[in-house]
Amino acid sequence: MAAIRTPEQELARFRGRLAVAGIVALIGFGLLAARFFYLQVVRYDYYSTRAEDNRISLVPIVPNRGLITDRNGTVLARNYSAYTLEITPSKVADLDATIEALSKLVDIQPKDRKRLKKLMDESKSFESLPLRNRLSDEEVARFIAQRYRFPGVELKARLFRDYPMGSFASHVIGYIGRINDRDLERIEESEDAANYRGTDHIGKSGLEKSYERDLHGITGFEEVEVDSGGRAVRLLRRTPAIPGNNVVLTLDLKLQEIVEKAFGNRRGALVAIEPSTGGVLAMASTPTFDPNLFVDGIAPQDWDQLNTDQDKPLLNRAIYSAYPPGSTFKPFMALGALTTGKRTPNQTLADPGYFNFGGHRFMDDKVGGHGAVDLYKSIVVSCNTYYYMLANDMGIDAIAGFMRPFGFGQRSGIDLPGEAEGVLPSPEWKKKRFKKPEQQKWFGGETISVGIGQGYNAYTPLQMAQGLAALVNNGVLYRPHIARHVVDAKTGERRTIEPEPLRTIPLKQAHIDLIKRAMVGVNKAGTGARAFAGAPYEVGGKTGTAQVYSLRGGKYVEGRIAERLRDHSWFIAFAPADKPRIALAVLVENGGFGAQSAAPIARQALDYYLLGKVPAGIAPEDPAAEESAEVAE
Amino acid sequence: MNPRLDPRKWLSFLLSPLDGPLMLLVLALTAYSAVIMVSASPERLGTLAVNTAVAFLVMWAAARIPPQRMMSIALPLYVIGIVLLVAVALFGDVSKGARRWLNIGITRIQPSELMKIAMPLTLAWYFQSREGMIRGRDFLIAISLLLLPVGLIAKQPDLGTAILVTASGFFVLFFAGLTWRLILPVAVVGIAAIASIVIMGDTICQPGVDWPGLREYQKHRVCTLLDPTSDPLGKGFHIIQSTIAIGSGGVVGKGWGNGTQTHLDFLPERHTDFIFAVLTEEFGLVGALILVVIYILLIFRGLFIAAGAPTLFSRLLAGALTLIFFTYALVNMGMVSGILPVVGVPLPFVSYGGTALVTLCLGVGMLMSIQRHRRRVGT
Repeated sequence: MAAIRTPEQELARFRGRLAVAGIVALIGFGLLAARFFYLQVVRYDYYSTRAEDNRISLVPIVPNRGLITDRNGTVLARNYSAYTLEITPSKVADLDATIEALSKLVDIQPKDRKRLKKLMDESKSFESLPLRNRLSDEEVARFIAQRYRFPGVELKARLFRDYPMGSFASHVIGYIGRINDRDLERIEESEDAANYRGTDHIGKSGLEKSYERDLHGITGFEEVEVDSGGRAVRLLRRTPAIPGNNVVLTLDLKLQEIVEKAFGNRRGALVAIEPSTGGVLAMASTPTFDPNLFVDGIAPQDWDQLNTDQDKPLLNRAIYSAYPPGSTFKPFMALGALTTGKRTPNQTLADPGYFNFGGHRFMDDKVGGHGAVDLYKSIVVSCNTYYYMLANDMGIDAIAGFMRPFGFGQRSGIDLPGEAEGVLPSPEWKKKRFKKPEQQKWFGGETISVGIGQGYNAYTPLQMAQGLAALVNNGVLYRPHIARHVVDAKTGERRTIEPEPLRTIPLKQAHIDLIKRAMVGVNKAGTGARAFAGAPYEVGGKTGTAQVYSLRGGKYVEGRIAERLRDHSWFIAFAPADKPRIALAVLVENGGFGAQSAAPIARQALDYYLLGKVPAGIAPEDPAAEESAEVAE
Repeated sequence: MNPRLDPRKWLSFLLSPLDGPLMLLVLALTAYSAVIMVSASPERLGTLAVNTAVAFLVMWAAARIPPQRMMSIALPLYVIGIVLLVAVALFGDVSKGARRWLNIGITRIQPSELMKIAMPLTLAWYFQSREGMIRGRDFLIAISLLLLPVGLIAKQPDLGTAILVTASGFFVLFFAGLTWRLILPVAVVGIAAIASIVIMGDTICQPGVDWPGLREYQKHRVCTLLDPTSDPLGKGFHIIQSTIAIGSGGVVGKGWGNGTQTHLDFLPERHTDFIFAVLTEEFGLVGALILVVIYILLIFRGLFIAAGAPTLFSRLLAGALTLIFFTYALVNMGMVSGILPVVGVPLPFVSYGGTALVTLCLGVGMLMSIQRHRRRVGT
């Protein structure tokens, strides 16, 4: 306890404490000054930026998406402006009550509600989500009159994507859809993140996806000074958006339409290529779907239907499904035989109707065989025995080595996403494909099956068309492509997608000519003769039948086998024979013999492409072709 | 000439109670306040003028009251204050979750404000009455006198005022000679507590962790200070935005009226508790240091007056009042710049707010009185 002190001592102690207080005050203010120095000098740049970020808000201006047109200018994908009713869930107190009240003004279907629910699950609650698209003028007027009742609900003028041709070429064009979390992750990883501010749609499949960078355009910005409530105070700067480029295709929509209609309700695919450029003239995959369903978030029941349909309408069979090529493989085998010297054109073999190998009897289609068969005849009559022997003579390594440059079993590099590789069988492939050592071994009998296009062989219709195009183009193989030009929407400046020769396969012209002649023979006197009866142009072709179901020695009788287990029907063709302008591959799933179902489709395609002949039931002139590209501003 | 009308006499009547240096410093601060108010909230300039006039009148009046008179009203003032605080606890109006206001018919008053002056007055009176025979027991009594109103205020709850009243009482105890053996451990424990809160902030700020003796919102304020980004749109918004305002001001500021944080509404309470952020955003480090220098001069003038004060009462009162100004300034600037929690303490003489300005000017008036009467009441 403090002792009693004299007043002088008291005063001295008091003054001492005043000094302490003064020092403490100086230290306190010193610390503050240090803090100010730290904030205002050391971290000035940081806080200055933060203040600017607070103050300046970049409002993105979404560019108009580019158009997609076919080679003749027919518009396949365009935009139009319409009003959409959008709702920001986080700003709405009672969502159900709000939607209920809105439904009194605007027609809101149960599927609109379901779609909103789905969008809400996929997005953050502060995002503005579409409730109803494409409002009528009357609905717009009714909502505006009562807008004050609906905080958090906004009317927005927006551009919509529209696919005027509906389901035609839908697999090629693809579709756009709302950007989901996965897309967002990808965008954020790319350098385009800034360019996607304000964009809520992105190409999801087909050309819409592969040409996304061209079609999207460059986002513009408005630099706006905002207050703390986010209200714009004044416009500081404006950088207009640069609209996306238009993409002009090599595709001929009329050809595409004829082909798709020719398929009817059968499943299958067709790929037609211009051999001298690799340009894709038609790429069909049936059944198709309507890409317009996807544009603003597909309704759950439509999505379920598309996905559970056992015909798989979303699947692009032309590039994603690989099938054994069947006899369409024979012209390539024959060319391989000539090139490797295993056969000469005049060499004749006797076909007894079977080929024995390793205790197994490989049968010919024709009971009793075709008799004496040379190379030309082997193609025209599609003689299996000839190719059993040939495959055995060539061996699997020589076959695989010869076929690889034609693009078999590899991705072609076409400008579409989701291409399958297919299988060009070889001992190395088998080693990689199977895990167990006893499965990895290559058997001689497997080579025999490969020789007639069965067994492990599996190629996409695109690969067949590309291979054929290379063959008839004298061995020059082009990368297949669907886009022909990319056109700047503002300046009209066009960038041509140059045909890209990938390689020249070393072949002898005489060999090529022989194979082509034999294929012409197929359509004159062989398996394709019926389909091409009376064709005024010279056309080469080859039928094929891909086995779906192993008969284990039994006899194939179409009527007895379930439809899904029937053979796939192939047809490959090129025309005109002397200077081919088109090479195509058709596949009809479970279509039976190639001559039966696939060849007539090829005939219709060639008749239109070479003669302009339009089958009955299809409008001769394309009404959409005259329509100029409509771009809503 | 009639001496009643002699202007020099009138001037002398007006000016004689005032202490020149203090008056100049307070004028400088109120002028600074007016300059900032033009930018922060020009529509309040009229009220500011009225408030300042009233506060100066109170200051002038207080400067004329001799210290002995002050001493005689100390205890009654204290008793009235306690009664009012009890009345608040029983019948007070609730605003923003706190019971702080008492409706007395004409206006609403905040009795805790009165305690900021009554507290040092009473304790200085108590020690004066025990002059020459101050023992440890007297400190215990003084601490009890202090804790009674502080407890009532803290219960309202009003942590900011409770801290200021505690500080004002503690300053008297400190100047009265409270032993270092008590001050140092408390200071060490306090600093250690603050340090541990800062270090363990992540754990103890988890929801569901109760802090003994503190309310949820008080815990929230401390936690928000430790990590403003944990609640960027709620409580942390104030601190984040004021820190941005200060930092973006740079050395010379964005210029008078050009503060973007201020004018685009990012700064909360920009004319009251956060006015310092406006000042630094527009006038930069230079503006802030000028303010700090004025405060230092004010405090040193106060300490100088205390040193020359003739009686124990006036010494203790002058010292305590001076340190209250210091506390206000330190806590406010510390909170706005993000190193102290947001406790609702105004920037002395600068923040808009009549009650605080009157209280502060009353304090300055008392300092002036002590200075003016230093010779007449010799020992």
